Amino acid sequence: MSVAFHINGKSVSVEAAPNTLLVQAIRENLKLTGTHVGCDTAQCGACTVIVDGDPVKSCNVLLRQVEGKQVTTIEGLAKPDGSLHPMQAAFKECHGLQCGYCTTGMVMSAVDLCTKHPNATEAEIREGLEGNLCRCTGYQNIVKAVQQGAAAMKA
Amino acid sequence: MGASDFSKLPHIGESVRRKEDYRFLTGAGQYTDDIDLANMTHCVFVRSPHAHASIKSINKKAALAAPGVVGIYDGQDVAADNVNGLPCGWLITDTSGQPMKEPPHPILAQGKVRYVGDHVVMVVAETLEQAKNAAELIEVDYDVLPSVVDVRDAAKGPALHDVAPDNHCYKWAIGDKAQVDAAFANAAHITKLDLINNRLVPNPMEPRAAIGSFNRASDEYTLWVSNQNPHVERLLMTAFVLGLPEHKVRVIAPDVGGGFGSKIYLYAEDVCLTWASKKLNRNIKWVCDRSEAFLSDAHGRDHASHAELAMDKDGKFLALKVHTNANLGAYLSTFSTAVPTILYATLLAGQYTTPQVYVEVDAWFTNTAPVDAYRGAGRPEATYLLERIVSRAAWEMGLGQDEIRQRNFITSFPYQTPVALQYDIGDYPACMNEAQKLADTAGFAKRKAESEAKGLLRGIGYSSYIEACGIAPSNIAGALGARAGLFECGEVRVHPTGSVTVFTGSHSHGQGHETTFAQVVASRLGIPVENVDVVHGDTGRVPFGMGTYGSRSISVGGAAIMRALDKIEAKAKKIAAHLMEASDADIEFANGEFSVKGTDKKIPFGQLALTAYVPHNYPLDKLEPGLNETAFYDPTNFTFPAGTYIAEVEINPNTGETRVDRFTAVDDFGTIINPMIVEGQVHGGLVQGIGQALMENCVYDKETGQLLTGSFMDYAMPRADDFPHFNIGHVCTPCTHNPLGTKGCGEAGAIGSPPAVMNAVLDALAPLGVKDLDMPASAHRVWQAIQAAK
Repeated sequence: MSVAFHINGKSVSVEAAPNTLLVQAIRENLKLTGTHVGCDTAQCGACTVIVDGDPVKSCNVLLRQVEGKQVTTIEGLAKPDGSLHPMQAAFKECHGLQCGYCTTGMVMSAVDLCTKHPNATEAEIREGLEGNLCRCTGYQNIVKAVQQGAAAMKA
Repeated sequence: MGASDFSKLPHIGESVRRKEDYRFLTGAGQYTDDIDLANMTHCVFVRSPHAHASIKSINKKAALAAPGVVGIYDGQDVAADNVNGLPCGWLITDTSGQPMKEPPHPILAQGKVRYVGDHVVMVVAETLEQAKNAAELIEVDYDVLPSVVDVRDAAKGPALHDVAPDNHCYKWAIGDKAQVDAAFANAAHITKLDLINNRLVPNPMEPRAAIGSFNRASDEYTLWVSNQNPHVERLLMTAFVLGLPEHKVRVIAPDVGGGFGSKIYLYAEDVCLTWASKKLNRNIKWVCDRSEAFLSDAHGRDHASHAELAMDKDGKFLALKVHTNANLGAYLSTFSTAVPTILYATLLAGQYTTPQVYVEVDAWFTNTAPVDAYRGAGRPEATYLLERIVSRAAWEMGLGQDEIRQRNFITSFPYQTPVALQYDIGDYPACMNEAQKLADTAGFAKRKAESEAKGLLRGIGYSSYIEACGIAPSNIAGALGARAGLFECGEVRVHPTGSVTVFTGSHSHGQGHETTFAQVVASRLGIPVENVDVVHGDTGRVPFGMGTYGSRSISVGGAAIMRALDKIEAKAKKIAAHLMEASDADIEFANGEFSVKGTDKKIPFGQLALTAYVPHNYPLDKLEPGLNETAFYDPTNFTFPAGTYIAEVEINPNTGETRVDRFTAVDDFGTIINPMIVEGQVHGGLVQGIGQALMENCVYDKETGQLLTGSFMDYAMPRADDFPHFNIGHVCTPCTHNPLGTKGCGEAGAIGSPPAVMNAVLDALAPLGVKDLDMPASAHRVWQAIQAAK
């Protein structure tokens, strides 16, 4: 099976078995290992990517479901010169990450949240990140980072 | 350099942003599963579906013929190669004087399985899918046996191991029983308490993973593994299990996605991959599914205890006696036996002057996953028991939760407890005062009235914890049964242009060592933090190490780096003396410059480093060229972080729904190098501790021994919207016996918070007559308790 789609602005065609999950294609075929797998029940959100403007748990989607679509992974967030996206910069500034494993999915969810809800309150941010588990930070600095990142994205 | 001078250096106490963040934020981290080697095969483990069973036969025939299969091994294969079982790292001596029962812990089951998830067969194939498909074809014929999972039933359960027919691993005790009994005989009041410390699953977000590799040309093995202490992993695997020379085995723990204790241990899978990589001459990758992690990672806690506290008429503690049944699971994991003994009972004096404490621990085997250290390891269990009974005593005596603690606080140091430890320093009343101020305890009555007006119950809970960190003086640990040293190693390599690479035996898996340790070195040498890189997690690059656990990294690992820096400074001063034609004793070093006392002669650090490597004008007759020093640091005592936590909860009496409304944590971690990182550690610990108190619970079915909470669908992990914004404060009494004055901050949050929350819950429920409740205080349990009290 061959599936053509766009990832981080580039057109790709992936040759894979029909049961291939999107996350497998991203990690194994395209070697973009910033998208992580933290569970097997679509609960942790470490594998979150953006597909056509919506956050998707890529462990829970088949590759063929993204035929022709635009996929953005964490590798597609920083500028080509390597400078960080405002949300990435806010996570660093606010110590919104520790071990880094959930971080990539968390940042993708945060970017989506703040794109759609640029004025989200603390309570709305906490609820909006409910689909992403973090075991290290206790979420407090993530919430702070998302508030700061949202402000920077508006600027 | 000592702690007092150290804390005054520039950049100590500064929230330097983390050096490691860029790679994590851009997806450039390299976790074990991200490593892709040529010639890679993939492994899955066939695990026991039964809690307890004899293996009658294993039929691998169909699986061996399946597409892509490279190799399939079971217990007979490892036995034929004389592979030993996994060792236990801590020998506990029974009260009878006999060593603990130490049954074999095979890397693949030998004729019997003892818990659901026990490893039976390893299947290696060209692709992961082929390995999974082949695993489905393996037929294991089991004779299912009765099982036991609850520690309170272990004695009458079916025997797991021949060496322990009653499932009893050891009875261990500490303290003077006769003195305790005498104190109880004279007590004005005795408070009693039975409680369960609920079993937990650590669940770092990166599941365990490993790659085994063997190079025939050099006869060398490499193991990449998601692990907290690669040198310990190598030592245990080479010396005890595989009988390999250590210099032929390299263990690399690359970026590791959290550990919380669960990645300290040598696991069977790691050994299987290493062993099979040579047999197959292939690289072999194994990545744990989350479901598999629930079954096979070492779990935490799982104690059932009875405690009694004797007091005089004023609420002054006279004596404490405790009996604990500790669940060790089916086999002895690496440090399992130390957790409910050395790391638990020695903390039961807490922050109090209780003159007599006696603790007895019975440790049992059950048909559950092995239990070992999880964030706090023994100290959360001690703190939960002690702080629960202290609050209960306050209520029974008609005292405030704060008052009873204040009446019993230790105020003079050093303080020798009746349970072996000697606290070097602390200021417990100051922590309490600061916590009360930050928590606005004065406003509690008003908030309670507001809650009541909404039909809600509000309660306040205190917890004044102490922990012993920086494990440990090696000689004391050895006398207590440790089968390893507990020092740390650090190497400081100054490069010719004055930049520095630090090699540390500590391991960072979220704690930010690459930044904090760089701050230590940069501050000492007067160079920018950017000029210091920290290397960790690779036995091929770091001289040696004991790794990261027990909040020991800065106080032991950092201290080793400080000692190496002392050597660097001493040597550099000699070079500076030569260059400036002065005597060694007249050289001073500050802010990155060597100067001659009383003159304006000075040399910057960078120039001196260059001289050390381009020694044209150099005292070659007295001094070797180069500027590269290694130190091993063995602490002289534990460190004793302590603090007071205050929780406020709101409970809906109609539904039992319990919400933490306010939470204040005041900790004394001694010197703080990077407050941003320290507070991050506290936040994470708090959520794990409050998670234990209100949400998390690992449950095995009593009849079948099946794990009922085997996924994130069944095991309640705290999420972003579960808890409020925490209020954090600090008190600082620098540790007196390490060169930084640090005490460690990684576990405090998880240690101090469960009793604060549970005391708040019980305070809220007191008007309804509820006196007892075990964690987690889920809505269901709270509602049941309310109904039962009616």
